[in-house]
This record gives sequence, C-alpha cells and structure tokens, in this order.
Amino acid sequence: MLKGMKAIVFGERDDIAGLAIRACLEAAGAEIVYETTSCFV
Amino acid sequence: MPSRAVVRNAAFCLAHVPDLVRYGSKPRRELAAHAEEAERVSRGLRSEAAAIRYPPSQVFIGNLSPADLADLPRPWFQGGADALAADGNARGPFGEIAGEAVFYGLLQQADSREPPLFEVSQAGARALREELATHPLYGAGGTRPLQVQADRESAWDPDALALRWGDVDVGRFHGDRSSEGRDDPNLAAPFLLENLCAKASGGLALDWLLHDSQLEPEAVDYVISCGEEAVGDRYQRGGGGMAKAIGEFSGCARASGMDVKNFCAGPASALVSACALVQAGLYERVVVVAGGSVAKLGMKFQGCLERDMPILEDCLASLAILVTADDGESPFVHLEPGAVGSAPIGASASDEALYRDLLVAPLERLGLTIPDIDRFAPELHNPEIMELSGSGDVARKNFRSIAAMAVRAGQIEREEMQAFVERISMPGFAPTQGHVPSGVVYLGHALRALRAGEVQRIMIVSKASLFLGRITELYDGVSFVLEANPGAASGSKGDSAC
Repeated sequence: MLKGMKAIVFGERDDIAGLAIRACLEAAGAEIVYETTSCFV
Repeated sequence: MPSRAVVRNAAFCLAHVPDLVRYGSKPRRELAAHAEEAERVSRGLRSEAAAIRYPPSQVFIGNLSPADLADLPRPWFQGGADALAADGNARGPFGEIAGEAVFYGLLQQADSREPPLFEVSQAGARALREELATHPLYGAGGTRPLQVQADRESAWDPDALALRWGDVDVGRFHGDRSSEGRDDPNLAAPFLLENLCAKASGGLALDWLLHDSQLEPEAVDYVISCGEEAVGDRYQRGGGGMAKAIGEFSGCARASGMDVKNFCAGPASALVSACALVQAGLYERVVVVAGGSVAKLGMKFQGCLERDMPILEDCLASLAILVTADDGESPFVHLEPGAVGSAPIGASASDEALYRDLLVAPLERLGLTIPDIDRFAPELHNPEIMELSGSGDVARKNFRSIAAMAVRAGQIEREEMQAFVERISMPGFAPTQGHVPSGVVYLGHALRALRAGEVQRIMIVSKASLFLGRITELYDGVSFVLEANPGAASGSKGDSAC
C-alpha cells in the first residue's frame, strides 16, 4: 500500500509509540526516514 | 518466619515554588534566548493562595477525592474549588502544600556544604524565619523546629542563581566553588539546585510521613529513593546517594539506603523492592521516598501563556511511603511469583503487548481477571496541563486502554466497554513531575479506600520511557495489586509493632 513512499514517524509515550507506528508502516511497504517518540511528562 | 509486607502509610506533598519556575529546563533555555519573555513569565505565575485552592492540589494532599474533582467544572484553575473553599487548606491528610518561604527554609536545612550552596541574605533570613514560625512541623512549637541563619555574603558570582520570594531577595544559589568542582558542569548551580531541591522536598514528605505515622526517625531501617534527579560529579553522574541524603535530613540515623532508577516507574519499582525486602525478613520498616523535579517546572509554560492561563507547573511534588511487616490492618502487596507485572526486554512495543504483560499476565497468576480489580491507578497526570502539549487526557486514555485490554482478553464484552471505562475512571490530579504521577500517586486514596472496606483490590500500573536516555528504544512498565488486609476484617493483628 505504501511501497515506494518515505515516512516520518512521530510517536508519543502516552499514545502510540514510534516503534509501533514504524512496524505498521514498514509492513505496508513504507521506508522510514525518521522516527522518534516523545514524552511530555 | 518472614512476614507479608504491608503499605502502612503514604505522604504526598507539594512545594509551591513560583520563583524557581525560571530555573526549570524549558523556561531556563527559553529565557536565555529571549530575555524579554521574563516579564510575561512573572505575570503568569500563581499566588500561593491560588496554588493551594487549586482542586488537583487538594486531591494530591487528600482534602478532596478524585471523585470530588470529577464533579467540579473545568477549568479548575478558574476558581473551581471556590465551592469547596473550606477544603482549600494547605494541610491535608496525606501531607502539605508548603509555601515558597518554608521550602527555602528546608533548602537551607538540606545544604550541608561549607561555604553553603544556598547563601541566605539578611533580609531573606528574616522573611523565612517569620514564615516558618507558625509551621506545624518546623515552627517553634513544632516537632522539628528549624533555625534559619543569614550567611556571610561572598563575592559576586555571575554563575550563581538568584533565589527570590516575591519581592524579597532571599539569597543566591552557587555551584560547587571548590577548585576541583569549579569547571565541572555536573556541579554547576542549576544541577546542584535540582539535586538539593529533590533532597529538601523529599525530606518534607518523609517528615510528614513520620509525623503522621507516629514513627520515630530512628525506627526506619532502610530508605529507597526513586526520583529522577542525577546526583554526582563528572566521574559518576547519576551515582545516587539521594536516599541516604533524605534519610539524613529527616533524622533516620539508623537507616541505610539506596537509589532505584526507572524513569516514571521508579516509585513502583522501589515500592515492589521495599515490599520484597520486608517480606524476605531483611528489614522491618522500609521507606520509599522521592523528591520533586526542578527540571520539569514550567515545562509547558508557553502553552499556559498563549492561552492566558497561569503557569500551572509551579510546584515540586514529593512522596514518602512506609512499608512494614504485616500489622494485620494495612493493605498488602501481592508478591507471589509472577504477580508483579513487567515489560520484558524482548516484548513488542505495542500497547496491546504492554498491557497484556502489565494487566492480564500478573492477574492470571493470581487467578484474577481485569474486572476483578475494583480500581486501577495508571498514570494520573492532570489533564489541564497535559492538554497544553497536545497529549490530551492521558489518564482517560489509560483507562480506555485498560478497558480495551479487558475486551481483547475476552474478560468483558465489547458492548460493556464504555460502562467499564466509566466504572474505573478517575480524573488525573498529579502535576507533571515525571515519576510522581505514575500510579503510585493514588496510594493515599487507595489506602483510605481499602482500609474503609470500600474496595478489595487496587492495581497500580506504571510506565517508563527508557528510550529518553538515548541508549535503548525500550519502554518499561511495572504493575502490582494492593489488597485489603484480611486481618482487618477478622480483627486479628499481625506480627509487627510500629
């Protein structure tokens, strides 16, 4: 579905982690060029 | 024969320190780049009365319950507690909201250096003495009267931090001034201020814990500190020592101690460790303590100012928890094999995997399901603060995740989920002080409800962002079940005298 597309991932500690978003997008064929998870607490 | 460990008592304190907000990490960096913002920050600070009256603060020290807070209209900072003005008290059943002058008095007491790190001016000493005079613990008639001394003012140091209390120039806070410490960034004034404030605020909570538990400081066997500060010089930054420093502050001369580090889940990890030490029979009375975080003061100050709100992150939060051998009355922590939830290193980072490890697995080991737990205490951040960062209502999201896990585990029907969310939800009330909101902050209310027979079991669920240290991408999580003591119903006493 996302083959050939690049993705930037912003995850959040108290929501969806960057690693989990990465796993979904990679499974859909995207190339992750940046990924981070923030914590605001 | 080793005894089951119980949680005897818990203290929760706030120190309202608006004049230290500028030394929080975010404000300090922003003000260094935009000095003109200082005036706006000053105008955005709350008065002590407003901080005391603030409903989440009243829940924190136990004058209001989370259910009371849920009934109050938001925004809470706009006089939400006016209807409960009688409860707008600086002293509560769990602890105190200390004013800034009292806290400065504690900061001087915590300072063991010579020449002092915190150099108090003549005018500052006069003002602090006046404020401390009527304090129930630290005043002349209190159980632990403090003497505030003015220091001989040393030569002007451009790296020292000015400490103010409103219009009063209270003094200056120095970094290490010795020849070996002068060029060590770990011993610069901002870091030493963080560390000494953690010691002083942790000491405040420990003093109230001992006072309210009617326990002599010498009766404490062991202290475990679990805050987020990093004490140490260039060769051992993060080395620890806070537990014994706080124990020393509060007069626990017989105790030893250690620091447990686990980001936001530090208090949960420390409490489980404390219970294990007691249950193993190594110690009879262990205190878990954590001081507040200066770094997190004003973390979202820009969001507050943009919305014309007062800067709500203006308090240092601290806690102290007493774990003892079974007294036949106090709630106990389940320490059976597998009963403490954890996040294994090899586990997936998905929410489902995390909640399966923190909820389903440990409860299965106890023969329980998620609906068997009367109340859950996940991260209970004050939503009024969290929404400023776009994080939404974190507490509410956590309760939804717990209910969703119950559905996924086949323990409730999908149609029941909303009703289950409503049954277990409570509003977040903790300031964004990292380790403090992480489940354990509910302990005061939990002990009260378990002792009163309102509930049978409460589960504490903490999470930790290990990835913030840049050495791993891992999370951590710690959960445990607190249960009413069966001896309380039968009237039988345990084997500990306190």
